[in-house]
Amino acid sequence: MSAVALAAETWTRRHLLDVDQLSRSELEATLDLAGDLRERRATGELGEMARRLVGHTIGLAFYEASTRTRVSFELAARELGATVVDLSVAGSSVAKGESLVDTMLTLERTGVRTVVLRHAAAGAPYLVARNTGLRVLNAGDGAHAHPTQALLDALTLRDALGGALDGKTIAIIGDLAHSRVARSDLHALTRLGARVVLGGPPAWVAGFQHWPGVSVAASLRDALRNADAVMTLRVQLERAAGGGYGFLREYTRRWGLDEERMNWARARAPLLHPGPTNEGIELTADLAAGERSLIGRQVTNGVAVRMAVLSLLAA
Amino acid sequence: MTARFGSLTDARATFVLAGVRVVDPADGSDAARDLAVLDGRIAEPGDLPDDVRHLDGRGLVVAPGFCDLHTHLREPGMEGAETVATGARAAAHGGFTTVCAMPNTDPPLDEVARVAWVTWLGRDASARVRVIAAATRARAGEALVDFGELAAGGAVAFSDDGVALPTARLALSALQAIGPLGLPLIEHPEDPTLASGTLMRTGPVATRLGLAGWPPSAELLVVERDIALAEETGGRLHLTHISTAAALDAVRRAKDRGVRVSCDVTPHHLAMSDAWVAGDRTFNWDAPSPTASGPFGEALDPLRAFDGTCRVNPPLSTREDGLALLGGVADGTIDAIATDHAPHPPERTLVEFADAAPGTIGLETALSLGLAAVDAGCLSLATLLAALSTRPAALIGEERGLRTGAEADLVVFDPAGRWRVEGDTLASLSTNTPLLAIMVPGVVRLTVAGGRVTFDEGMGLLV
Repeated sequence: MSAVALAAETWTRRHLLDVDQLSRSELEATLDLAGDLRERRATGELGEMARRLVGHTIGLAFYEASTRTRVSFELAARELGATVVDLSVAGSSVAKGESLVDTMLTLERTGVRTVVLRHAAAGAPYLVARNTGLRVLNAGDGAHAHPTQALLDALTLRDALGGALDGKTIAIIGDLAHSRVARSDLHALTRLGARVVLGGPPAWVAGFQHWPGVSVAASLRDALRNADAVMTLRVQLERAAGGGYGFLREYTRRWGLDEERMNWARARAPLLHPGPTNEGIELTADLAAGERSLIGRQVTNGVAVRMAVLSLLAA
Repeated sequence: MTARFGSLTDARATFVLAGVRVVDPADGSDAARDLAVLDGRIAEPGDLPDDVRHLDGRGLVVAPGFCDLHTHLREPGMEGAETVATGARAAAHGGFTTVCAMPNTDPPLDEVARVAWVTWLGRDASARVRVIAAATRARAGEALVDFGELAAGGAVAFSDDGVALPTARLALSALQAIGPLGLPLIEHPEDPTLASGTLMRTGPVATRLGLAGWPPSAELLVVERDIALAEETGGRLHLTHISTAAALDAVRRAKDRGVRVSCDVTPHHLAMSDAWVAGDRTFNWDAPSPTASGPFGEALDPLRAFDGTCRVNPPLSTREDGLALLGGVADGTIDAIATDHAPHPPERTLVEFADAAPGTIGLETALSLGLAAVDAGCLSLATLLAALSTRPAALIGEERGLRTGAEADLVVFDPAGRWRVEGDTLASLSTNTPLLAIMVPGVVRLTVAGGRVTFDEGMGLLV
């Protein structure tokens, strides 16, 4: 199916709150479209897609710090011809104590039709989706979900692993408990046919053994054995600090990734990281910059995936 | 609401309710007959004058009036959420004739004058308002209140509800001090060092949603601590809103040893599980869908997931806990169903889940949830009605029962009737409940408190 034909189709849903909303075929079609848009953007051949969102106003409401997600959403929206307004939270009525719902209603009344929302509270996009007329694109809510990150991870993995994830084993290492990226990845990767093995300190993986298609390994070596690809998550230093400096050193000792340990995985297994990285803690700088690393590819794919999602939601 | 409310200062009622099913946990009776009320007292039908009002009671149930051990009336200080008057109307609508007002108002009810003020506000309300006084001054968890003076001033129990007494030493002192008074210390059993920062019960649903989990040990630690202290001191302990099978087991063992401990459970912990936070709206007694792969399988419902009204404290339990708690009501280990009626205005619940004020209203839906459990075969009707009326009333020294000569204090309801919970069907000033738009069984038709009609839905006594 060509990108033009794909783009003519849109989702019937109004929001992208998490990838759990998407069927396997919708997921695959979205990744196909994103792959196409990536190529056409690189060669300057966006064509009609460059006018796809002309007349649409998209609001960026980032209640939490973000670089790559915010920039890639803004670029994606502009590539498709949208007008972008940025609700800079620090200088807005939010700083005066306005509620999230009231702020979003205000945004809606100014003519914004779609909001890209990043918020520290899990579930915030659901609150906005049911109490305003806005289309809501979840750009990360608390530790709950980060659907476009999962899509870009899936696209990156699919490209690296020969076009499909069926039967592949993906290891995810780190602080699952506080990771919205990991939760959305679990939905996306298991739906695309992959097995996921998790590894990390007990407090960070507790409870995930109940997730269908997911297992929890007792050691890094066990987690990486048979892994076709490895993803390590950002250690949120402020959380690790709660366990004391010793906890952080112990984390690096047991779960930190370097080029040698990557050999525990399958030959040439690639490495992913949602960024920003803490080099020297969850992975070495050499590994992050090395041949296995797909970290740069993830960022590039982020723009393409967000273009795909914005175009699918646009109708 | 089209129904009518009366008050405790209205004229005493006289009527005959013909052919009604009389369920009286006070004497274990359950029979269809005529029930007569003459000048506010239960009478023999033959003793009434010929021109007395005859009401058709066929298909209806009459039981002793309900007594809620755990009600937040929000007055003084939070009158935008509820007042004594509106909370008492909500009580009457739900079949309650007594509500026990929790003292976490602003200012808190830690002095005789404040207890007297709330009691006075309730003098002409639609339900008896009894006051639970704070256990520590300003509810600060430091210095104990003057228990004797507050008891003389009308307090029926003591509690810092919202939190437990912070140290074992303080709880020990409180239980020692109230021992001679015979009144209970009501504890909200929760260890703040484990509970703080948590948003829902630990478990697969919390894992799926990424919400910080409340461990059952947070409840069990304080339950076990306080039971040990009650056993040592002989003071009366009442554990409110227990929510876990582990806490229930601890209470059961303590009762077997003869410890002076009682406990209650809320209707929502009996009926709803932690899956409600993810948007599920089935009750604990509903069979789980055979196709559901736990909380992980399906997309969250955008209209229901992360609804702030599902944030309660203690958090909604697992389904297994809910079923265990139903078993605790059925076998009598749990003394009472208490609502923890916790009204909040929309600006406190139409917010991010993490910012939602914990608690749900409950006075007007307690009977309905209980009847749904009865319909599902989890409880007998007599057990449910005892847990709502005679047993909680006994804990605060109130009489209940439908024997001839007793003051008429009763509820009449249609167990087969159904109603949809909506803002305009509720008498409470607040509508924070996850039951909105849900059909539930059990329609209250008449409530009589202290011989006066306080609520009438189409029976024709209040016009």
